[in-house]
Amino acid sequence: MIDLTTLIPALLVAATPILFAALGELIVEKSGVLNLGVEGMMITGALAGFAAAVATGSPMMGFVAAALAGAAIAMLFALLTQYLLANQVASGLALTLFGLGLAALFGKPYEGIKAPAMTSGPLGLNWMIWVGIAMVPVIWWFLNRTRGGLILRGVGENHDAAHGLGHPVRRVRIAAIGFGGAMAGMGGAFISIAIVLQWTEGMTAGAGWIALAIVVFSNWTAPGVLAGACLFGGVTALQLRLQAAGVAVPVQLLSMAPYLATIAVLVLISARQKFSRRAGTGAPGSLGQNFHALR
Amino acid sequence: MNRRQLLASVAALTTISLSVPAWAQNEPLKVGFIYVGPVGDGGWTYQHDQGRQAIEAEFGDRVETTFIESVPEGADAERAITQLALAGNKLIFTTSFGFMDATINVAQKFPDVKFEHATGYKRADNVATYDARFYEGRAVMGTIAGHMTESNKIGYIGSFPIPEVIQGINSSYIHAKKVNPDVEIRVVWAYSWFDPAKEADAAAALIAEGVDVILQHTDSTAPLAKAQEAGAIGFGQASDMSNFAPNPRVSSIIDNWAPYYLDRVGAVLDGTWESKATWAGIGDGEVEIGEITDAVPAEVKEAALALKDQIGSGEYHPFTGPLNKADGSEWLAEGQVATDEELSGMNFFVEGITAQIPE
Repeated sequence: MIDLTTLIPALLVAATPILFAALGELIVEKSGVLNLGVEGMMITGALAGFAAAVATGSPMMGFVAAALAGAAIAMLFALLTQYLLANQVASGLALTLFGLGLAALFGKPYEGIKAPAMTSGPLGLNWMIWVGIAMVPVIWWFLNRTRGGLILRGVGENHDAAHGLGHPVRRVRIAAIGFGGAMAGMGGAFISIAIVLQWTEGMTAGAGWIALAIVVFSNWTAPGVLAGACLFGGVTALQLRLQAAGVAVPVQLLSMAPYLATIAVLVLISARQKFSRRAGTGAPGSLGQNFHALR
Repeated sequence: MNRRQLLASVAALTTISLSVPAWAQNEPLKVGFIYVGPVGDGGWTYQHDQGRQAIEAEFGDRVETTFIESVPEGADAERAITQLALAGNKLIFTTSFGFMDATINVAQKFPDVKFEHATGYKRADNVATYDARFYEGRAVMGTIAGHMTESNKIGYIGSFPIPEVIQGINSSYIHAKKVNPDVEIRVVWAYSWFDPAKEADAAAALIAEGVDVILQHTDSTAPLAKAQEAGAIGFGQASDMSNFAPNPRVSSIIDNWAPYYLDRVGAVLDGTWESKATWAGIGDGEVEIGEITDAVPAEVKEAALALKDQIGSGEYHPFTGPLNKADGSEWLAEGQVATDEELSGMNFFVEGITAQIPE
């Protein structure tokens, strides 16, 4: 009825944009910064990547440009929150609105143009899907097995203590924000260059918000992010295929599934916290708080 | 024009009208528009804006138009509409179903401003409604689809299970079946008017099921891009989408609001405007069929255009019996034509469609 050989690639395709964005946001949040501007950085990357791919004829150049553009717009957020100490939630929301508007404005000349075709990699899957999957162990290893990862987590858990130890809190956070922007930009470019092959206004259609939810779902771990992205991507791909196959399933029920799973995971985590003093949530202690060294 | 500029112009206008009262007498008729999407969406909102531009071109200095784009369907809509009314607009078009209650609420506060709401059903003395008979165009698309399919499976990407979309699916299926008795239809609901990535995946899912003709009632061109990759064909939706011609886009269904807008603005100018419900179709030029490309064989093109003419002249109605509902019960007897009430509340598929309508 439903062919697994077409379902699994579709699942991976649907999961990849949110996987990229969520991995980037994971690093940002681990450094103690809450950037709600993921959607804005994704749409900026979607446009910049598309424009570069059309101009150079090379989709790979598109992804490079998307990463640069995503990081560049993220620097605006870094300036606001790290130097001007603006509220992170408000700045992140503003970044989303700004990105959507900016991309719409500069996207006008690109409406109706087609992107250059991408060659597929191993197993007939797009190269960027493999890049996304490969990022999961890399980020896990960085966070848990390297000195840099330890500093990043330290800055996120308690910025005052990290500062006391002599770690450059602001610089670490700016680097994390830039990395998050680059990843979100590439996630957005995957939508315009690899899935839709076109530029249209508002084309990320809420993927950035799902990425934010997945970071919470994952309990701030890289393998959890992969699982969450596959769950969301899988449900999307599966429900469309069930419908196309004419199977009568309540579509709304399937659409709810990832959110129900998120709630279930959060309940499990808090229950575990209650019974075991050792295990905590993966949420960084200083998440969303601004740091000012001269306080 | 964004909201800040609008507020500034409200302030400026207030100052002007206070200081030079006589000046206000010769002011042009101000016409405002509220759009749900961006003007650059290439589909629904784009076509409404084409209608607005037609007003400017036709009436010149006698009118002055303003629009606010990307207004969410919610509490914000009421504020945006109120702003347009406060800015001195005497005729306001609200162009999405979700603006219905907001339009009625604002209309009660501004009895001397005239409102026009697209695709709604609530009217008042100063609120008229208008809609287009998209199902007439869908009948023509269905005819082409039935002829063109080689796998005898056509696919349909629906947005939301509302009467307008269900009419389109039924109309497409009935007319595909007329020219090809073996045809089957597969339906996928996207639960969005505009989500290119999801629409592309919906098209891929249909193609994986063996569909080779895709019809869509969602606004992006993403399904056409997927169809092109897979060698299937598709149709432009709301706007011509001619960038994809001659293949995979073989024709399109176009919303043309200009004739209606010109008529209504004219009525306000000569003082004959009154609240009414308008539901116009191919015959009135409100629903157009985009050029049928050479990818379609000549005799198929001829059959499609003949059907279009028959519908346009009123000689034929797309919902003419004998027709049964999907559950097998009788709906229309031989020669009986569906009433507008039945169509506007349509919540069932016709016999032969095995897909379910989500409750």
